[in-house]
Amino acid sequence: MSHDLLIRGGRVIDPVSRTDEKLDLLILDGKIARIAADIEHQEPIEVIDADGKLVMPGLIDMHTHLREPGYEYKEDIQSGTRAAAMGGFTAVACMPNTDPPCDNDSVVSNILEIAKKHGCVKVYPIGAATKGRAGKQLSEMGEMKRAGAVAFSDDGSPVATAEVLRCAMEYLKSFDAVLIDHPEDSSLSENGQVNYGLMSTVLGLKGIPREAEEIVVARDILVSSLTKGKLHLAHISTKGSVNLVRQAKSTGLNITCEVTPHHLVLTEEAVWKTGYDTNTKVNPPLRTKEDVESLRAALADGTIDAIATDHAPHHADDKWVEFDYAAFGISGLETAVPLVVDRLVLSGIIDWMKVAETMSTNPAKILGVPGGTLQEGSIADVTIIDPECERSVDPRGFMSKGQNTPFTGWRLTGAPYATIVNGRTVMLDGRLM
Amino acid sequence: MSLQGKDLLTLQEINQEDMELVLSTARSLKEILSRPIKKVPTLRGKVICTLFYEPSTRTRTSFELAAKYMSADTVSISASTSSVQKGETLADTARNLAVMGIDLVIMRHSVSGSCHFLARVLDIPVVNAGDGMHEHPTQGLLDIFTILDYKPKIKGLKVAILGDIAHSRVARSNIFGLTKMGAQVSVAGPSTLLPPEIEALGVKAFCHPEEALEDADVVYVLRLQLERQSNSLFPSKREYQDFFGLDRQMLACAKEDAIIMHPGPMNRGVEITTDIADSPRSVILDQVTNGVAIRMAVLYLILGGRE
Repeated sequence: MSHDLLIRGGRVIDPVSRTDEKLDLLILDGKIARIAADIEHQEPIEVIDADGKLVMPGLIDMHTHLREPGYEYKEDIQSGTRAAAMGGFTAVACMPNTDPPCDNDSVVSNILEIAKKHGCVKVYPIGAATKGRAGKQLSEMGEMKRAGAVAFSDDGSPVATAEVLRCAMEYLKSFDAVLIDHPEDSSLSENGQVNYGLMSTVLGLKGIPREAEEIVVARDILVSSLTKGKLHLAHISTKGSVNLVRQAKSTGLNITCEVTPHHLVLTEEAVWKTGYDTNTKVNPPLRTKEDVESLRAALADGTIDAIATDHAPHHADDKWVEFDYAAFGISGLETAVPLVVDRLVLSGIIDWMKVAETMSTNPAKILGVPGGTLQEGSIADVTIIDPECERSVDPRGFMSKGQNTPFTGWRLTGAPYATIVNGRTVMLDGRLM
Repeated sequence: MSLQGKDLLTLQEINQEDMELVLSTARSLKEILSRPIKKVPTLRGKVICTLFYEPSTRTRTSFELAAKYMSADTVSISASTSSVQKGETLADTARNLAVMGIDLVIMRHSVSGSCHFLARVLDIPVVNAGDGMHEHPTQGLLDIFTILDYKPKIKGLKVAILGDIAHSRVARSNIFGLTKMGAQVSVAGPSTLLPPEIEALGVKAFCHPEEALEDADVVYVLRLQLERQSNSLFPSKREYQDFFGLDRQMLACAKEDAIIMHPGPMNRGVEITTDIADSPRSVILDQVTNGVAIRMAVLYLILGGRE
């Protein structure tokens, strides 16, 4: 099948070449052949009218839980990548906390094989940094990298000790891959349900102090300084973490970090306002207004490199229970773009260039995967966003098996209009192709 | 104002008029408790279920007697002797009970927010009989009712709540209820048992009980909730008693006519000494009697009663 396509009249945003112009984009054989105004093309070809829309390098979600193998009742590679396509993502990097965990090359190969057969967008497996994610012995990261893993993490938990983290980061230098750490000191967060503070007091739920995250952020920064390895901090959620990262970056350390859409738009009050809706239960917990403001500022000034969904789909059975017993997590792939557009772009906190940078260019760079740019010759992974489309969030319409969202009923302006992977349109105007 | 058909989940969200309605209704219903034949037909034909996921003596008996004195039928389910032991979820348990024709569920649960969850699952009214560390609204109401037996009004009263504030649903309901009615509330305990930002709820917090007790009209001692404390929040019961337990010497900081309250069950010799618990100033057993009246009022008002 030839993947030829003409995207006409959209506002093309490319952070790499700093393009922000109304241009046409011609895709031939899965590659971007030409970017210019008013491209004339004689052959009959699929045309997408992108007038009034944003044409961006394909969005890459660098933090997704696809749940396969092991938890297919929550999500599988097919449903998860469909959700990604609906959400405007051309690629997702999936976390290794599956069952069995993705801690060897056969699981990596298995994920890639299923993705090839049933996947709707590109899938980049992230391998476990330690065997069984147990934090004791390094996993065979070289073999996993060779099989197609792009990064390494014990996500769900931090790499257990500073010494193991140190070894993993040193060892990964031979394979030029990033170590993604989930910053959480479990002795402080154990049994915690919500942010430690006024809301934990009012709700009578055990609190998770911000310091549970910041202690590990600080540890990781120091270990990164010791090893000079590549470190990426997952889902930072506090003002203190932002300050630590900002300070570390100013000393020239090779550190990057991400934030989730929900930590950018919700505060801990959501748990109270919804009367303990377990869809607001997430790890790290929703924090305070002060934290949200700090995260937004850090996103705008470049301290935070990426927006990642931490898409954590769960079955209703895992959420329709008492608060303490409910699973942590939010199904995020299908609400990320509308939230970012409505709450961050339209309110002037970040511009479209920053959206492309934090949702495509930087994730591609951090993971070392193709894409992240729209230039002649580059791979034709493209996301088109309609900045005016207004919709209500209705999880019953999600492609993800996980309908666990705290955003049900939110009216949001801005929606992914088309998802194009290797020149092939996989989603157009809210429909999978 | 009416509670008809509503849930009673918290004192944080109830308005003052509704609180006063419960108190005045309880005042008139209390008389039934001293009659030779303790039975009125008010709730005849209504079925009330108590669903308890945690042990209880006072609250459960008090709710059941309240229902029975008003001629409602009651069924009681304990997690420990029900299909909960076979792994049945709360949602399934509740829906199964509801389809058997129950008119109102009273639940106690160890997890905060569980009554909110139950209220989402069920269409019938839910009364919170204590959810985790969150609230125990009928306890708050019966405590206020009891204070009013001894003090002319709540407004301006100084109330000191001592002990394990962090893990106490009784503390939260009392804080919300008492501050709503204009009391000045102080809380005190070892700092490990004071929850963060508690002063934002309109109370003063101290880590020396003596400071909270200064000029207090009401001294409210909480039970040390050893079952909810996973970590070492204080070194020993002995040391707790020594520095934070209410004894004669500490009580001297309060007003001379201050009343002593405790929600029960007491850890005698830990948070309160026996001589104080059993002294004439103690109103601890009045609280229990009043609990029945308050619960009669709550059930009556929710299940269709008018003032």
